[in-house]
Amino acid sequence: MDNNDPLPLGARSNEVEKILVGLKRVVDYNVRVRVKSDGSDVETDGVKMSINPFDEIALEEALRIKERGDASEVIVISVGTVDAQQQLRTGLAMGADHAILVESDSSVDPLGLAQTFKSIIDRDGIDLVILGKQAIDDDNSQTAQMLSAIWGRPQATFASKLDIAGNKATVTREVDAGLEVIEIDLPAVISTDLRMNEPRYVKLPDIMKARKKPLELIAMADLGIDQGPEIKSVMFEPPLERERGVMVNDVASLVAVLKEKGLA
Amino acid sequence: MSKVLVIAEHDGVMLNPSTAKTVACAASINGAIVDIAVFAATAGPIASEAAKLASIARVVTYERSENKHALAAVIAPQIVAVAGEYTHIFGPSTTFGKDLMPRVAALLGVNQISDIMSVESSHIFKRPVYAGSAIATVEAPMDTILVATVRIASYSAVTSNNSALIESGSPSVVDIPTHTRFIEVKSGATDRPDLQTATKVVSGGRALASAENFDIIYKLADKLGAGVGASRAAVDAGYVPNEMQVGQTGKIIAPDLYMAIGISGAIQHLTGIKDAGTIVAINKDEEAPIFEVADIGLVADLFTAIPELTEALD
Ligand SMILES: Cc1cc2nc3c(=O)[nH]c(=O)nc-3n(C[C@H](O)[C@H](O)[C@H](O)COP(=O)(O)OP(=O)(O)OC[C@H]3O[C@@H](n4cnc5c(N)ncnc54)[C@H](O)[C@@H]3O)c2cc1C
Repeated sequence: MDNNDPLPLGARSNEVEKILVGLKRVVDYNVRVRVKSDGSDVETDGVKMSINPFDEIALEEALRIKERGDASEVIVISVGTVDAQQQLRTGLAMGADHAILVESDSSVDPLGLAQTFKSIIDRDGIDLVILGKQAIDDDNSQTAQMLSAIWGRPQATFASKLDIAGNKATVTREVDAGLEVIEIDLPAVISTDLRMNEPRYVKLPDIMKARKKPLELIAMADLGIDQGPEIKSVMFEPPLERERGVMVNDVASLVAVLKEKGLA
Repeated sequence: MSKVLVIAEHDGVMLNPSTAKTVACAASINGAIVDIAVFAATAGPIASEAAKLASIARVVTYERSENKHALAAVIAPQIVAVAGEYTHIFGPSTTFGKDLMPRVAALLGVNQISDIMSVESSHIFKRPVYAGSAIATVEAPMDTILVATVRIASYSAVTSNNSALIESGSPSVVDIPTHTRFIEVKSGATDRPDLQTATKVVSGGRALASAENFDIIYKLADKLGAGVGASRAAVDAGYVPNEMQVGQTGKIIAPDLYMAIGISGAIQHLTGIKDAGTIVAINKDEEAPIFEVADIGLVADLFTAIPELTEALD
C-alpha cells in the first residue's frame, strides 16, 4: 500500500499497523478568552494551554485500539511552536509511542496542516489517522476532511463509535438527524466527537517514562509544503454581549412576562 | 462579479431549511448571482422547493443513484467538477455542510472559511472563534475560488416566492469512490418542531437527573409548541439523544424563545443560543452564569416550577 511498508495490508498480523493522532496546543477550555485591546488577536499570554479536548479523545481511541491488539504503534503529531512539545509529552505520557513536532512560528491553515500530515503518512506509512472534529480555538472543523480529500481516502467525521474489523471500519457519526452509521475501507481518517470515550488521566510514573520516548523535531520549511492560499485574520473583536435581564419571583410572574411578550 | 453556488441540504425527500438560510447569506454579497445545486438520487421535489427560494437564479440538479445518501466522499468530487463556473461555493454549517465543504475546498486546493456570520464584502467575512468569545474578520484571496460554510443561526431564511429555472446538470465525474458506504441513520424522530428551526425551544440540563425526569421538559415544550434541546451534560448522561445537544459542539440555534432549565450556562452552551430572541433561565442557584445572559430569570427548583408553569400555561 505504501513504499515504506514491507508487507501489504492483508499479510500483516494487524490490519492497522500505525495510527497517527493530531494533538493541537490550545487555550484551555476553562479559560475565558479575551480579545486584545488592539484587536490583533486574542490574549494568550500567561493563559493556561492544554491539548485540544477532541484530540485527547482521538489519542485515547488510538491507544485503546492498540491495547486491544489491533494496532502496534501510535504516533502523535503537532504543528506549532516549540511550546507544543509540552502537549506532545503529555500525549507520550498517556501512552503514545512516538511524537513528532513540526515546528512553525506562523499559524498554519487547515489545508497546510492536512498537507503536513499527508507528508508524514507518506513517510511513515500510516494506516489510520484520528483527529479531533474541531479545535476549540479557531473552531474550524476542517483538517480531517481536508486530509482525507488530498489522501484520496474515506473520512468519518464527528465519530462517537469506531469498530475496526480487518481492513474495514464501521463508524457511528453524530449528525444533526441522530446517529449515522457508515462503513469505510482503511486506510481512512476519523474525526472524533465528544462522546467517543473518556480520556485517561496521566499518572506520574508515565510522565517519567515519557521523557525517554522519542520526540522528533522537523522544521515546517524542510517539508516543502504548499500551504495553499492563505485566509487572513484581519481583526478580532469581542462579541456583542447579551445584557442581563429581569429576575421574576415566581412562576405566575414568569407567565405574565411571557404573555406580555407574546411568547406564551 | 460574484457567482455563488449553494449546495442544497436535503434528506432525499425534502429540502432542509438550512438551504434557505445559506442562500440568504450568499445573496447578501453585493450583486451576487446565486445558483443552487441539488445532488440527489431523485431531485424532483427537492429542486421544486429550492426553485421557490427568493434571490436565486437557477437550480441545477445532479441525479445519480450514488447520491442517495449525502456522503462527502461521493459528492465532493461532483461539486469540484462543476466549480469552475463559480467564484464562491457555500454550504450550511450543519453536520452535512461541515462534513462536505472542507473536502470540496481541499480538492480545489484552497482553504475554507467556516461559519460565516456576516458578509463584509465578497471576500471579507466575520466568523466566531473560541466558542464565540471572539469574532474574527477574515479575508480570502480574490484570485482563487472561495469555499465556505454559513452559520445558519445568523441568517433568516429567504422567502419562498420565486420560480427559478430548474436545469438538469450533466454529471461529468465518472469515478465515484466506493470506499465509503452508508449503512443507516438512527434518529429518535419525534413530532416536535425541529430543534434547528423551531421558534421556541425548551432545553434541560444535568439537573434533570434522569431520562424519566425529562418528561416534565417534554410536557412544557408540548404546551408551548416548542422543540426540545439539552446541554451536553444531559446528553452525556444519556437522558436524551445526541441530536438534542445545543452549543459549540452541538446545534447553534436562534429561536424566538429559549428556555434553559437546570442548565448552568457554560460558555460552550451559551455559544449555541447567542442569537435567541428571549432567553428564560430557571435555575435553583442564583449565581448560575446563565442568569448573566437571560432576559428573564427565575430562581427556583425546576421540579416544582416546571410542572407549575406547564399547568399555568393552559
Ligand atoms: C470541548 C467542549 C465542548 C463542549 N460543548 C458543549 C456543547 O455543545 N453544549 C453544552 O451544553 N455543553 C458543552 N460542553 C460542556 C460545558 O462545558 C458544560 O459542562 C455543560 O454545558 C454543563 O451542562 P449543564 O449546565 O446541564 O450541567 P451543570 O453545569 O452541572 O449545571 C447544572 C445546573 O442545574 C442547576 N440545578 C441543579 N438542580 C436543580 C434543580 N432542582 N432546579 C433548578 N436548577 C437546578 C444547578 O444550579 C446548575 O446550574 C463542552 C465542553 C467542552 C470541554
